[in-house]
Amino acid sequence: MSRQLISANHAAAEAATMAARANKNARGFASGIYPITPQTECIEYLAKQEIEKGAVVRVESEHSAMGVCIGAALSGARTFTASASNGLSYMVENIATAGFYRLPILMYAVNRTLGPPWNIWVDHGDTFQLRDAGWMHVYCEDNQEVMDSILFAYRVMEDARIMLPMMVCADAFVLSHTMMMTDMPTQEQVDAYLPDLNLPHAVASEPVTVGGLDFPRETEVHRRQHQEAFDRVPEVYAEAQAEFEKVFGRKIPDRVVPYQMDDAEIAIVCIGTFASTVKPVVDKLRKQGIKAGLVRLRMLRPFPEQEMVEILSGVERIGVMDRDISLGMGGVLWSETRGCAPHAIMQNYMIGLGGGDVRAGHIETIFTELLEQKESGKPRIVEVG
Amino acid sequence: MTANEPVMAGLPHSEQDRSDPVLRAGNTNCGGCGMSNGHLFMSRAAGNDYQIQMVIPACCGIVTPGQFPYSNYGVPVVASTFGGAAAVACGLSEVANQNDDGYRVVVWAGDGGTYDIGFATMSASAERNDDIMYVCYDNEIYGNTGGQRSSATPKGASTTTTPKGKDVGKKDIMGILGAHGIPYATTISLAHPEDAIRKFKKALGMKGFRFVHILAPCPTGWKSEPGEGIEIVRLGVKAGLFPIFEIEDGFKYTINVEPEMCDESLGDYLSKQGRFRKSGVTVADLRESIDRYWRRLRLLSRDE
Ligand SMILES: Cc1ncc(C[n+]2csc(CCOP(=O)(O)OP(=O)(O)O)c2C)c(N)n1
Ligand code: SF4
Repeated sequence: MSRQLISANHAAAEAATMAARANKNARGFASGIYPITPQTECIEYLAKQEIEKGAVVRVESEHSAMGVCIGAALSGARTFTASASNGLSYMVENIATAGFYRLPILMYAVNRTLGPPWNIWVDHGDTFQLRDAGWMHVYCEDNQEVMDSILFAYRVMEDARIMLPMMVCADAFVLSHTMMMTDMPTQEQVDAYLPDLNLPHAVASEPVTVGGLDFPRETEVHRRQHQEAFDRVPEVYAEAQAEFEKVFGRKIPDRVVPYQMDDAEIAIVCIGTFASTVKPVVDKLRKQGIKAGLVRLRMLRPFPEQEMVEILSGVERIGVMDRDISLGMGGVLWSETRGCAPHAIMQNYMIGLGGGDVRAGHIETIFTELLEQKESGKPRIVEVG
Repeated sequence: MTANEPVMAGLPHSEQDRSDPVLRAGNTNCGGCGMSNGHLFMSRAAGNDYQIQMVIPACCGIVTPGQFPYSNYGVPVVASTFGGAAAVACGLSEVANQNDDGYRVVVWAGDGGTYDIGFATMSASAERNDDIMYVCYDNEIYGNTGGQRSSATPKGASTTTTPKGKDVGKKDIMGILGAHGIPYATTISLAHPEDAIRKFKKALGMKGFRFVHILAPCPTGWKSEPGEGIEIVRLGVKAGLFPIFEIEDGFKYTINVEPEMCDESLGDYLSKQGRFRKSGVTVADLRESIDRYWRRLRLLSRDE
């Protein structure tokens, strides 16, 4: 193992390449790639790799990038693509197909504001619009987590009990273009960690039709089976975590990552790199005697409700930071989390929309306001300018 | 299936056909559907020599397999999104080839999935020269959704969205595919089985992107007699309206069926289809553009 100064984009491509090579004794690898800021360096990196039994198809759109992955996955190959923002919107139809076909496709999604008007900075609205497409979602805090989560994702997705696609998400620029010291796995480790992919419903010569007509009763059964696969994720996730630590000597974070939560009375809930900004503020408040804490939701789907309920059970005041807005409603994270802590005073802050620079001072203000708040208020947009 | 049991009007099942036909009996295609005939031709051409995997976008052809988990297709089929067929086929063929499976990946798409929503996807696949046989059964209408216009609908045809008859003509899809320089592009007449089966065989045996264009009668949308579909195609070919030719490598044009260019056939072609009635489009309205197309075809197919 070596350590390298590497961006999340390159870390993602490196992880995908190693996962690709690890499947060469099975049906190999294929990827459809298409550029969009801020993930472009990822697909460029992938396009430079020599992968035995691997095809990297330079397609004409994101819709086709996912199309190629769908075809390749149905033929039994390991697959990967990357996108962001409008690329994800353009791809939506095939993203849902990949979900409904239960294909273990990996997407590295860099969270970027939806346009037009064009804005390349971080916002989670792009992958949140895909919340219900039948994919697992994981949101990362640093580049090591991006790299590790991609390898981990293949292990989880391709488990016979799961067979679901996963998007591994990273904040635009904060991670995608920022170089961080990262432990690089070796190919031998990846080979040891990832078994050959064996897709039970791969298409070969049997005259089956994948995705013909469902009447309501078939759809009911398909959705139930799909949900049951999601229900098995916690179990498989835990096994894959243990195995990861054995092979790589590092830990994969839990689905919910608490910080100073054991006795917390006031807490922030957030996803992604916000957590890194919140932690020092929590430390500072703790020094002042305030029992502050932080909850980073790493996995949005399947939603770790039980963990959230447990972690938030003794917390009196909760601030939910959303870098997204479901217009006409409020923050998505807030509306997801509300039911987990009905006892608490909960306030939603939609902050840093469109990539606004959220600094420690903003978080301190949130904590201060929250400490004085008498009851849960309406979702609020905080402009950081 | 016993030998010589008729699967669909016209072509009996025989020893030459794939033992499990591409299109199985008992499917729910409308009687007289040209797409069904296309499947029979492909089935005969493939015989048991080729293992086919089909990708079918949203269109009548993906209603054909019927309700999950049954299938009226005798080959594996992947349903793709309406505009996504060529990309899905690309994924299948890349993996089949890198594993030396020998599968022939076929896209089977309507004109909507080809001329319209799937156009960019198909064009990109052709440009990459993906190893795919792309078949467009062109019924000149969106059949699945009840008969709206497409960019393959001919001038003068009424559809539910062009009730007075379409006022512009159809895209020259063969010209467009030819311009991609792909190994093979061909039109197929359902009224000329020998030529059709030869071409299917040829296309199945080749590598790279092959395009097969079938004029596929749709009695439901054309407001024509189900039993007259093949005759209508014959009239269209005779009249020069649907030229039967092939293009190799984007430049070698060969005309396979000499039309008589006769106005009487053109008149019958129009009068046998209710869809041309409302606009009152006439032989004279169409003749000039047909002649112009043929002048170009003659130039392109000249021996150098
Ligand atoms: C993205 C999308 N838009 C619209 C539809 C609805 N739709 C399904 S099939 C079809 C028309 C198909 O026409 P064509 O390709 O000509 O095939 P045909 O039905 O005539 O066989 C349409 C509009 C769809 N399935 N997907
Ligand atoms: S509507 Fe037309 S194309 Fe569709 S099945 Fe019926 S005849 Fe065939």
